[in-house]
Amino acid sequence: MRDRVWVIAGLFLFVGLVTYPMWHDLLAHTVSRPPQLVLPRNAKQCVAPISYMRTSHMKLLMDWRRQVVRDNLHKYVAFDGKVYDMKFSGTCLKCHSRQDFCDRCHNYAGVRTPYCWNCHLTPPEVTRSAR
Amino acid sequence: MKITRKEFLKISGACLVALSGKKALAVLDSGANRQASSSTGKVRKQLGMVVDTRKCAKAQGCTKCIDACVQAHNIPSFPNPAHQIKWIWERPFGDLFSSYETQYLEPSLKDQSTPVLCNHCDNPPCVRVCPTAATWKREEDGIVMMDWHRCIGCRYCMAACPYGARSFNWVDPRPHIENLNPNFPTRTKGVVEKCTFCSERLAAGQLPACVEACPERALIFGDVNDPKSEIGQLLAKSYTLRRRPELGTGPNIYYLV
Repeated sequence: MRDRVWVIAGLFLFVGLVTYPMWHDLLAHTVSRPPQLVLPRNAKQCVAPISYMRTSHMKLLMDWRRQVVRDNLHKYVAFDGKVYDMKFSGTCLKCHSRQDFCDRCHNYAGVRTPYCWNCHLTPPEVTRSAR
Repeated sequence: MKITRKEFLKISGACLVALSGKKALAVLDSGANRQASSSTGKVRKQLGMVVDTRKCAKAQGCTKCIDACVQAHNIPSFPNPAHQIKWIWERPFGDLFSSYETQYLEPSLKDQSTPVLCNHCDNPPCVRVCPTAATWKREEDGIVMMDWHRCIGCRYCMAACPYGARSFNWVDPRPHIENLNPNFPTRTKGVVEKCTFCSERLAAGQLPACVEACPERALIFGDVNDPKSEIGQLLAKSYTLRRRPELGTGPNIYYLV
């Protein structure tokens, strides 16, 4: 047990490094905040309840994609009875902005930006080209 | 219960025969069903097109069908012809129907530029070779569809298509699109694309963009299997050509000469 000092010092160092973000925030008097999302102003309710969209928007997008492309279905009846066109650019992006909504949360959570944008156009790109 | 080796072998043999018999019956049954549906049942809907080359010839140099398609589907234009993306394009009539050609073919017809597009075949070879089912023949209307999400860019379909109706995105197409159409996605580098008979417009109750844009009404679109439709009646009363029908692909673009 001659290495006791080293082992204990190493443990402290390890715990200190792992909890570094906490100490840093405490010492610098900063508070980490969740991402500041810009919520749509033109609609009050999304196509599904917020709790569902928060956890399962990717599943909904995949379902829409499968239904439109492979099953030739184009209308989505929402939980509140409203009928939406199953369109990513035409429906989702009418309310949500890529930079201020999708990207902010994805960057905060460290989730790789999905490849939606390789093909699907965002409104700013469209206005840029129309200029 | 005691069982001898001989009995055991007999029972297992009988089981094997029963199992294989069941499989064989299922195969025979499905074959019989298919025949029954094709001979007595309702004929499957198959969307197709008639290209009236005589009307098309009236407006030589017109590219309105191509322009409309390019605008509707965000088709890029590349300086390098090897990168070209084609959904509907034009070729001289003589090139398209070289097997019908005689040395007496009118030079004006031989050189007449004729619109060419995906044939939406009855038996599409591109669909047979696609390893990811990114392209398939749609049951309800016979369109050979594409799912660009699913395409892995292996280009087997391009090798299989005898009509050259498929194009590959060698480079990112987006910077090469002149006027972006916000209602249709662009494609990305590494996927294959082709004409889908404007499935997105059909879903909205519209005609394909090329059909709508043709000022001579030289493109007639509809269900070729419906004898009451305009295209069905036209096909019944006129002699038409198809590109390379001898290959057995069952092309559904008909050329009226």
